[in-house]
Amino acid sequence: MIDRVNEGRGLDSFERMFLAVIVAILSIGVLSIYSVTYAQQGGRVPLYAKQLIWILMGGAAFVAMLVFDYHKISRLSYLLYAIVLVLLVVVLVAGKTSRGAQRWIPIGPFAFQPSEFAKLVLILVLASYYANAPRHGWLQRVVLPGLIMMPGLLLILKQPDLGSGLSFLAIYAAMLLVVGMRSKALGVLLLFSLMLFPFAWEAVWGSLHHYQRDRIMTFVDPAHDPGGKGYHGLQSRIAIGSGELLGKGLYGGTQSQLKFLPEGHTDFVFAVFAEEWGFLGVLVLLALFLGLMMLSLEIAMKAKDVLGALLAAGVIAMIGFCVAVNIGMTAGMLPIVGIPLPLMSYGGSATVSIMAALGLLLNIKRRRLTLFY
Amino acid sequence: MSDFGTQHDELRELQRRLTILKAGLFAVVLLLALRLWHLQIREGLYYRDLSENNRTRSVILEPARGLIYDRHGVLLANNVPSFNLYVTLEDVKDRGTLIKKLNTLAGLNEAILRKKLSERTDKLVQKKVKGGLTLREAVLIESHRLDLPGVIVRAESQRNYPEGMTAAHLLGYVGEVSADQLERPEFDDLHQGSVIGQYGVEKTYDRFLRGRAGQKIIETDAIGHEKQTVEVQKPAAGDDLYLTIDLRLQKLAEQLLGEETGAIVALDPTTGEVLALASRPAFDPNVLSRELTPKQWEEIVQDEGHPLTDRSTQGQYPPGSTFKIVMAAAALETKTIEPSTKIRCAGGYQFGRRLYRDWKAGGHGLTDLTQAIVDSCDVYFYTVGQRMGIDTIASYAAQFGLGRATGIELPSELGGVVPSTAWKEKARGEPWLPGETISASIGQGYVTVTPIQMAHLIGAVGNHGVSYRPRLIRAVMERATGRLHELPAVAQGRLPVKAETLEIIREALAGVVTDGTARRAKSTLVSIAGKTGTAQTAAFRPGPEEDIPKKLRDHAWFVSYAPAAAPRIAVAVLVEHMGHGGAAAAPLAKHMIEAFVKLTPQEPQLTDSDSLAPRSTMELAMQRPHD
Repeated sequence: MIDRVNEGRGLDSFERMFLAVIVAILSIGVLSIYSVTYAQQGGRVPLYAKQLIWILMGGAAFVAMLVFDYHKISRLSYLLYAIVLVLLVVVLVAGKTSRGAQRWIPIGPFAFQPSEFAKLVLILVLASYYANAPRHGWLQRVVLPGLIMMPGLLLILKQPDLGSGLSFLAIYAAMLLVVGMRSKALGVLLLFSLMLFPFAWEAVWGSLHHYQRDRIMTFVDPAHDPGGKGYHGLQSRIAIGSGELLGKGLYGGTQSQLKFLPEGHTDFVFAVFAEEWGFLGVLVLLALFLGLMMLSLEIAMKAKDVLGALLAAGVIAMIGFCVAVNIGMTAGMLPIVGIPLPLMSYGGSATVSIMAALGLLLNIKRRRLTLFY
Repeated sequence: MSDFGTQHDELRELQRRLTILKAGLFAVVLLLALRLWHLQIREGLYYRDLSENNRTRSVILEPARGLIYDRHGVLLANNVPSFNLYVTLEDVKDRGTLIKKLNTLAGLNEAILRKKLSERTDKLVQKKVKGGLTLREAVLIESHRLDLPGVIVRAESQRNYPEGMTAAHLLGYVGEVSADQLERPEFDDLHQGSVIGQYGVEKTYDRFLRGRAGQKIIETDAIGHEKQTVEVQKPAAGDDLYLTIDLRLQKLAEQLLGEETGAIVALDPTTGEVLALASRPAFDPNVLSRELTPKQWEEIVQDEGHPLTDRSTQGQYPPGSTFKIVMAAAALETKTIEPSTKIRCAGGYQFGRRLYRDWKAGGHGLTDLTQAIVDSCDVYFYTVGQRMGIDTIASYAAQFGLGRATGIELPSELGGVVPSTAWKEKARGEPWLPGETISASIGQGYVTVTPIQMAHLIGAVGNHGVSYRPRLIRAVMERATGRLHELPAVAQGRLPVKAETLEIIREALAGVVTDGTARRAKSTLVSIAGKTGTAQTAAFRPGPEEDIPKKLRDHAWFVSYAPAAAPRIAVAVLVEHMGHGGAAAAPLAKHMIEAFVKLTPQEPQLTDSDSLAPRSTMELAMQRPHD
């Protein structure tokens, strides 16, 4: 059933702005994928065209998450979480292994990555938990939701997918902080440590001995290769740095074009963009991401109920964390963990799930004017 | 606070906290922008230079492999410098010319170079093409470096075994990881050219010894030589191993075997620590750890003496009369006989139309169990075995640890065969024949065991039935922390026999040395107990022993422990084609035991199971420079 609220009402200026920012970032992403894979087109479908298909599917997911009242969607959250857990088990048992991790379920010619959807489902589950449960005491605030998160987190770390695992923790922490802690000081402290975690991480990481880092990395990510990592990290920094102020122009990225930079269309798409468009391009992109975050916060702050506010906060935390960690790692501030750049990196599962999450945000916004029940 | 307000108040409270999220997001974006400004504006020129010249190369820094020591800290394996040839394909204009030049300049084999250079790898990584260059080759190549762009000679470490062929089988050797191995998950932190253990403890403990490779990113000049280092990740050296082996006993065991083919295993039955594990003929791990030419490899593999086979853990021989220990225990436990039961031995046992002979032509006369063990009477055990049936025998043999690998930390250990009706049905597809039980009763026929199994078995009997898994690693010295991790003994419980049964057998085993078939093992230093065995290799033997070609002669066994009352050492000796155990094998065991007693005269302290040398290994670990 399509809600009455959506009928016969056009887009207001806020909503147009929200959509414009999303479309702008998506376009930059497709352009960068187009540029990096331009030289290597064989007989197959080019990657940018496949990405356009993912975006269309993402658009469908966006609309689907928009038309049904988010309260209805939240009622399905535990069912969805159960489905995601089953899929995560399927991945471990029958999944496709690529680059040392088992993350994909092959479906025909495509590969489906449940851990990307797991993040969105976690937001739904935690938000509906907090919205419906009494929120007194640390057991109900901290421990129970932590236990809810745990099976998904462990299954993801088993793959291993450190990036998605960290995103899980970020979503959980952000929700916890917005729900509120007993002590305000502790809350603020935790929130800032979450925000500054990627940067603090580098300081802690840098102070460890190389073998300690290697041990940690082999523990969380057995495919980690001390050889490859430093080299790719450097190639990524060279790509970004050599872009200078104005960039080398479309197809001008020698690092990415000459294949010195691996994964130029996925995790390192930001480096490709920064090399070709320079610091000015980077500022525009950062402004777009910041704009998206601010518009999303606006939705959260004006949400009509706890469920809406928490859902929005979760989505913001997920997207904000991925942007910060992805750009941080390509710019050599963080160790390289596999986190895609939202709306830009090539990949069907991530694109569809992020767009579904943004559809959910717009859903919350469009229902804030309905009366309290 | 907000917890007790209305939902509306709570919502407001919650939404106010979102401001902090907002501030955090601003801070993160600001930080990212600052970092990117630093990379693109402040250091932009430097990175542009790097990207335009595209002259960064990745050099893998091989870790130093962990060292291996004996139980007293005597070095058994270390690393020595060696010259290796590396090629960066990106800097090579034409492979054919390069291969020709290397051949004419330094006489390197063209076929090997071509094969190495055609393997698929990252073009920007320096690839190891040949190891172990001679000084002459290294100098010739280095002096022509201007003609050889992309070619580099690096001094790196090569595995070295200072004791040569000593302990070759248990130490093993190292070699480059193969393409097949690289596919497997346990090797996914390695790269083409990594050196790993391929045999012995080098293989089983490779995870510890291996260390972790580092990497250096360098900026190179026009011919691929290093101009400056951009980034370094240091390699982490592998952990060191302290073996349970006592090098002095190991050397003695190998000397005792000399040119003969066979194995000697000595272990401490109270802990399972293996003190010596010798197998002859052996190989030189130094040779196998270098790059072998196909011809050299062929020679080793086709050697008739099979020097690569570790006879102590992979050699499966009929146990011969040493199997009577198991038979005696089974017979007493199943009450098939009483200790006093006497059986008349007239030199043979008639079964159907066949006469199963005793080794002593005239027979032993009327014998009881003890006498039957002491003199190794065959007819006594033919009779007992026939009464018990093969499946009872098999069940006891299995409980004594036969028929399965002992679990010592060596690759490809074999378990021997404990035959039973079910086994024969499965393995041969034929029913068990009653006559086969008679052969099995004296350890012939299908029964086979390895020397390590027999040392383990006799050790457990000597140690009043308490058994420990044989083990080779005493401690691991973790390089990262400098800590010495001592590995504990692995208790395996008790043999499934009553104390009285074991006492009867132990007394008989002492009698074997004092008055029986192993009188040549009698020592004035220490009381030894044991059992001889002669493993038949051919059913039909023409004429007297001396005329038989050596290939067809029997294998000599002796399994023993000492001191007889409370053993500190158990020794199993097997010498191939040397005839009777009492004559050929028993004296070797006596030498081993006497040497052990002289080397470690004091009784072990009761409180400390590791009394032998924990202090000395610890001190050594502390003193050694931490490189």
